[in-house]
Amino acid sequence: MRKILATLIAITSLGYSSAFAGTLVINTDLTDPAPKAAFDWAFKKFQEENPDVTIEVNNFDHEGYKQAIRNFLTTSPPDIFNWYAGNRMLPFVRAGLVEDVSDIWSDTGWVDGNLTEGMSHAKKPMTIGGKQWGIPYTYYQWGVYYRKDIFDANGISVPTTWDEFVAACATLKAAGVTPITIGSKYLWTTAGVFDYLNLRTNGYEFHMALTKGEVPYTDPKVHAVFDKWDELVKPGYFLENHASLAWQEAIPPMVNGEAAMYVMGNFSVALFKEGGLTNDNLGFFQFPEITPGVPMAEEAPTDTMHIASGAKNKIDAKRFLIFLSRADVQEEMNKTLGQLPVNSGSKVDPDPFLEAGLNMLNNAYAMAQFYDRDAPAEMASEGMKGFQEYMVNPDRRDKILERLEKVRQRVYK
Amino acid sequence: MFPIPIQKRPLINRISYKILVPVSLFIWLIPLLGIMLTSIRGLGDITAGNYWGMPSEFLLFSNIKEVFQNTPMLTYIINSFKITIPTVIGAVAISCMTGFALASYKFKANLFIFFTFIAGNFVPFQILMIPVRDLTFQMGLYDTVTGLVLFHVAFQTGFCTLFMRNFIKALPNELFEAARIDGTSEFNIFLKIVVPLTRPAIAALSVLIFTFIWNDFFWATVLIQGQHAMPITAGLKSLNGQWVTVYHLLSAGSIMAAVPPVIMFFLMQKHFIAGLTLGASKG
Amino acid sequence: MVSYTTPFLTVPNSTQFTYRKSSWWKRNQQRLTPWIFLFPGLLLFLVYVIWPIFNSLYISLLQWDGLSPAIFVGISNYVELLDDEYFYISLMNNLKWLILFMLAVPIGLGLAIFLNQTIFGIRLIKSLFFFPFVISQVVIGIIFSWFYNPRGVIGPFLDKIGLGNYAILADENFATYGIIFAGIYPQIAYCMILYLTGLNNLNTDQIEAGRMDGAKGLSLFKNIILPQLKPATFLAIVVTVIGSLRSFDMVAIMTQGGPYGSSNVLAYYMFETALSEYGYRMGYGSAIAAVLFTIMMFYILFFIYRMYQGEKKGL
Repeated sequence: MRKILATLIAITSLGYSSAFAGTLVINTDLTDPAPKAAFDWAFKKFQEENPDVTIEVNNFDHEGYKQAIRNFLTTSPPDIFNWYAGNRMLPFVRAGLVEDVSDIWSDTGWVDGNLTEGMSHAKKPMTIGGKQWGIPYTYYQWGVYYRKDIFDANGISVPTTWDEFVAACATLKAAGVTPITIGSKYLWTTAGVFDYLNLRTNGYEFHMALTKGEVPYTDPKVHAVFDKWDELVKPGYFLENHASLAWQEAIPPMVNGEAAMYVMGNFSVALFKEGGLTNDNLGFFQFPEITPGVPMAEEAPTDTMHIASGAKNKIDAKRFLIFLSRADVQEEMNKTLGQLPVNSGSKVDPDPFLEAGLNMLNNAYAMAQFYDRDAPAEMASEGMKGFQEYMVNPDRRDKILERLEKVRQRVYK
Repeated sequence: MFPIPIQKRPLINRISYKILVPVSLFIWLIPLLGIMLTSIRGLGDITAGNYWGMPSEFLLFSNIKEVFQNTPMLTYIINSFKITIPTVIGAVAISCMTGFALASYKFKANLFIFFTFIAGNFVPFQILMIPVRDLTFQMGLYDTVTGLVLFHVAFQTGFCTLFMRNFIKALPNELFEAARIDGTSEFNIFLKIVVPLTRPAIAALSVLIFTFIWNDFFWATVLIQGQHAMPITAGLKSLNGQWVTVYHLLSAGSIMAAVPPVIMFFLMQKHFIAGLTLGASKG
Repeated sequence: MVSYTTPFLTVPNSTQFTYRKSSWWKRNQQRLTPWIFLFPGLLLFLVYVIWPIFNSLYISLLQWDGLSPAIFVGISNYVELLDDEYFYISLMNNLKWLILFMLAVPIGLGLAIFLNQTIFGIRLIKSLFFFPFVISQVVIGIIFSWFYNPRGVIGPFLDKIGLGNYAILADENFATYGIIFAGIYPQIAYCMILYLTGLNNLNTDQIEAGRMDGAKGLSLFKNIILPQLKPATFLAIVVTVIGSLRSFDMVAIMTQGGPYGSSNVLAYYMFETALSEYGYRMGYGSAIAAVLFTIMMFYILFFIYRMYQGEKKGL
């Protein structure tokens, strides 16, 4: 039946392509300059290739979008919307708000084509219940961004083990430099640190188990993560007053040379460079090993595009998804985004940070999405509040973890 | 007169008073002066931490231009007007009627209805939030100017009715009686007598409601999500997140948000204050 | 007051048909008119204000995320509230807001007395004192967060005078006070203007009589002025209490309840729980709203009672 219908659609769309041609409504929160430029380019290119389709874009501001998405998916669904892989899409998939796009992922393909070979490795993160629910178009690495010149001036070489890392912090602190800058006002930056400490101490499987709610927060393994964190927080290796700063506001201290490192995602490079740093004094290294033998997994959040189940123009929407997965398209877009294309056929922009990131991720044992994408929203929100509180008051660890455990029992029941 | 007029005080008091007043005004307005000063600065001053010295450049207009070019500020401002003006008209018109009904007719439920309006006016917004949002959804008005205006009109009706009813009640009742004896219909009494006489109240209410609605942030957050219908308060909030390090642009945007109510206030000051202080001078 | 039950005073001299029609209308117009005038306002108010209150109270008994079907859970949301640390923090902060906001009343009175003179330009000066009230709380919040930012104004200043850079909004002990300070700024202006009006309408005879009796300074103020300012004081307290419980805007702009929930208030906590990025707990949020509503209800009833007394006197 499905096949017949598909064939019918194919025939009619061949014969009367203009009859189906219509508007493609796309909701995004890609209002920051780089993503906006990348998508403006992609929309233009798609329209050049499909002159019968008109694209209508609704832009939302970044923070507002996360609230808005629930509303528009239920009340006035667009054809296409951007979102994130992992657990963040789960509630929408479960509520039947996201269109199943397994056909464009399948080998036999959809009538109008399917994804290229280069995408097959990305199938798993898009899969829930054996079906695929969207396509990824970009991802980026997390790690430690640092001031090369400050490291050199203090005789520090890039740390690869935890002891070296802590020693480097001690040297920097003694030299009057804040070892690690961070702005935790909007909480999520703390999760980057927590995730890495967790991934390095306990490994990827534990990270997934924790974010899936299978392990209590009072588990000794969670305490082990905080033991490591203590080694950074208690001697005051993080920037003072970080709870009052947005992540961008923590960049100037590093630009001014008051701080030396930032555990961040690659999107921060643009801001570092805007502040005046160059490839000569800004560097990147992989978060060092903590427990020897734990395979090195990385944080690599993936940004994705989906079709709403209530979409009016699903055919063009699927075409757009296929278009967006193409090697040439992803290559061009990610050049503008300053991030990594998902399609393995795309070339990566020759940029030392992207190359370092690609190299690291290609050798990664596994890729985590990020605490607030792997854990359900409610847990993530409470968790990150707890991380922030811990970073200001490390002595409250037990109390915080007990509270998080209470939340876990409620959220995952 | 209380306190004793300064003119009757010794010279020394008079002089110190005349010094004290401008000085205290300056201190009082420091926050606003700060933001004005910042809005004319360039990025150079901001990064150099020059917040209180003389601005090294005068860039107010280029900052404003930059705000308009790089952000939907213009849309936000237009939206604010599109939300505020119909709300003012709607709420004032409706409350003229409810105010008249409650002020000049005796019926059983009169006081009860009146107090219901007053009580509703004091209710915390949060208790209304979820049902109002759902209701707006169901009417297909979520994320539209109309949806927001409807709610604002409804909610402001509480306060406006209190205001109008008290105002009309203070009008001499004989006027209505005489008109009735002349055979004027109730509707004509309303249109020909009440409305013209309540003009000052209408003016006062209009400026007040204009300011309240222009400055509303909560309902804009709850009922609007897209830039196409977002008023300037919610717009500024989203720019606040985006512009954490460019205070001069944020300041320029803030000033734009503040200008219309401030103009309104200075133009209609007498009415504005009369509206706000209703009841402050009589028992 | 005259009662309006004299419908047959005038009969229009027209055809029988219209006569009969208008006669029914004439007979009933006194009774019907108020309802016709009330209809649009009452309808809107019932739909958008009265019904939602009861609906919210009902939702507070549900477990509902806005997407999947709601489950009736009885009072379990309220039971959970009792064990919710953030709830208590928010409630305590509301109390701090309420108490500290009351300072706006005497400060406003002081300012009003200070400015109640007739020197050159005083009108403009009064307006300038008042106009922070006209500006959106969003703008006030933005200004003050910048002040408090360690890279903004106060931090570097404290640093310069040797007290060390300090981030008020990042400190759990001070964040709330920082926000209240910003919030009280326009509120003082409001109270000031209420008192200025009150001072303007003082009974001069009484004051002169008091002065003749030798009352001056504090005793004059306490025994003669203050009682006359009672309506202004009442109104100032009313608007200040309401202002303090509507702390949403300031908190949303300045800290979003942070650091780690320490500057939260019920109004923002409710929003955060029910509508923000990470939480869609409509039922739990409604339970918080219900608590806020109950607190406010005491207050509303007190206000209505006062108004009712006034009405009875007036009738």
